Amino acid sequence: MRAVTWHGKHDVRVDTVPDPKIVNPHDIIIKTTATAICGSDLHLYDGVIPTMVSGDILGHEFMGEVVEVGPEVTNLKVGDRVVNPFTIACGQCFHCKSSFFSACENSNPADKAPMMEALYGYAGSGLFGYSHMMGGYAGGQAEYVRIPFGNVGPIKIPEGLDDEQVLFLSDIFPTAYQAAENCNIQKGDTIAIWGMGPVGQLCVKSAFLLGAEQVIAIDHRGPRLEMAKASGAEAINFEEVKVNPALQEMTGGRGPDHCIDCVGLEAHGWSVDNVWDFVKTTLKLSFDRPHVLRQAIIACKPGGTLSIPGVYGGLLDKVPFGAAFGKGLTFKMGQTNMHKYLAPLLERIQKGEIDPGFIISHRLDLESAPEGYKNFHDNQDEWTKVVLRPN
Amino acid sequence: MISSETVPDDARRHKADRESDQAMAVRSVTIDKQRAEVFAFFRDFKNLARFMENIERVDVVDATHSHWVVKAPAGHVVEWDSVLTAEEPDRLLAWETGPGAEIKNHGRVEFRDAPGDRGTELHATIVYEPPAGALGKIVATLFQKEPGIQAKRDLRRLKMLLETGEIATTEYPDAAPRFKKSDAPEEAKAAETR
Repeated sequence: MRAVTWHGKHDVRVDTVPDPKIVNPHDIIIKTTATAICGSDLHLYDGVIPTMVSGDILGHEFMGEVVEVGPEVTNLKVGDRVVNPFTIACGQCFHCKSSFFSACENSNPADKAPMMEALYGYAGSGLFGYSHMMGGYAGGQAEYVRIPFGNVGPIKIPEGLDDEQVLFLSDIFPTAYQAAENCNIQKGDTIAIWGMGPVGQLCVKSAFLLGAEQVIAIDHRGPRLEMAKASGAEAINFEEVKVNPALQEMTGGRGPDHCIDCVGLEAHGWSVDNVWDFVKTTLKLSFDRPHVLRQAIIACKPGGTLSIPGVYGGLLDKVPFGAAFGKGLTFKMGQTNMHKYLAPLLERIQKGEIDPGFIISHRLDLESAPEGYKNFHDNQDEWTKVVLRPN
Repeated sequence: MISSETVPDDARRHKADRESDQAMAVRSVTIDKQRAEVFAFFRDFKNLARFMENIERVDVVDATHSHWVVKAPAGHVVEWDSVLTAEEPDRLLAWETGPGAEIKNHGRVEFRDAPGDRGTELHATIVYEPPAGALGKIVATLFQKEPGIQAKRDLRRLKMLLETGEIATTEYPDAAPRFKKSDAPEEAKAAETR
């Protein structure tokens, strides 16, 4: 089959690779109909995630048609149309039974998990197409994908919804929704959201769905801020405006009740701390550039929540922990507990409360994936979200 | 030592505090299944080959004797007889290798109820007495220098098997295809070198 493969920093190709097969009794194989490039794939593209190996198949946002099922699969049959969550969960371990699916104890293979345990002190669930310490699973930017635990993960899509309406159930819609839900939004709350990429856009929508009074979107890219405004958010362009004084005054001097960092480890901008982080990262002295996190801690109202769906990979430097302590902030973060959100969010899409497809800017065939990666990385004004069509 | 006795031997910083200077693994895992079920699965020694990576097979000879066939590097196979030295149903199994074993080892596995209905804690202690010379090297490779790593991996696989009925794998090519130049079609190789 044809698949999008990683060969190093800024080197993504389309190669012919072996077809996947059913190897475990709960496996299914799908023929991919749509798959997207995720903002977190750009961290791989930039070469900042460890334990990638040249030739690995990329992609963790995908959907398709079931073409084969293992002998123990009872929930799905050949011909079903499914969207697949990017995290792999067994549904049987203590964490899965507690709806803490992102820490599934049984999906990261025993020969891979120790890498992550050594770095982080735990082994999270396996992820599709996202490095060997995350399990070494082949990604979904391919014609066919093997999905383990077919009874637990992939959700069947009813007739009448097209691929683009439901594709983002695979990652970014649940990720954005969980980030907003983590803020435990109350009547009258203002939510400030940094980073108007696809997760940020869906986070604006989710915050309103969950009852936010006001949402303030922070970014420096005009088209992305316009998109957020169209969803009802107020906009702050950090190149035009000093973010923290603006947030104070736009909230009657209170500060935003809760803050969401939809940027993660590669924050842009050229503030002093960011330049210093950039120098250190380039010299390999430090992993992550947490400028947004610092700003959000200073901005947030005492007693508020700092919700962090943006991916962090390593060590943070110069985090204003004294301010976080003094304000009594709650930090909520982590990979999304995908399996908890698929059914309720599919229902919201069915009811017409939201159509996440609005973020798509480009549709390409699989062979054009390298071009898609390059443009999604370099031309973020125009390229907000790329969907690939393998079959 | 002020630290509790439950601290595993190989986590003790000072050699003087350790009970043994032999290659030793003390590892535990919590399995979300009833103690009787976990014990019964483990007690049926032929099951060990299903989750212990290096075990090719275990032949059960009688109630207390079994014969182990273990994969070694470079296609070698090491075999030994093992004798059950203690058994408390649903609680404890202990064994040692019989006379003449090439790789002497002994160990014990304890089964305890995890707190708050969280299943069963399995605590394994395995001690190897690697011989000197070439065989010693094989043993070192076989048990990855740090025998704890292999023990941890095997316990993880046991947990997967008992909780989900399968063992997660991303082995190339069937479970996890990827681009490998050596396996690529001719035209792809040509494109690589172009």
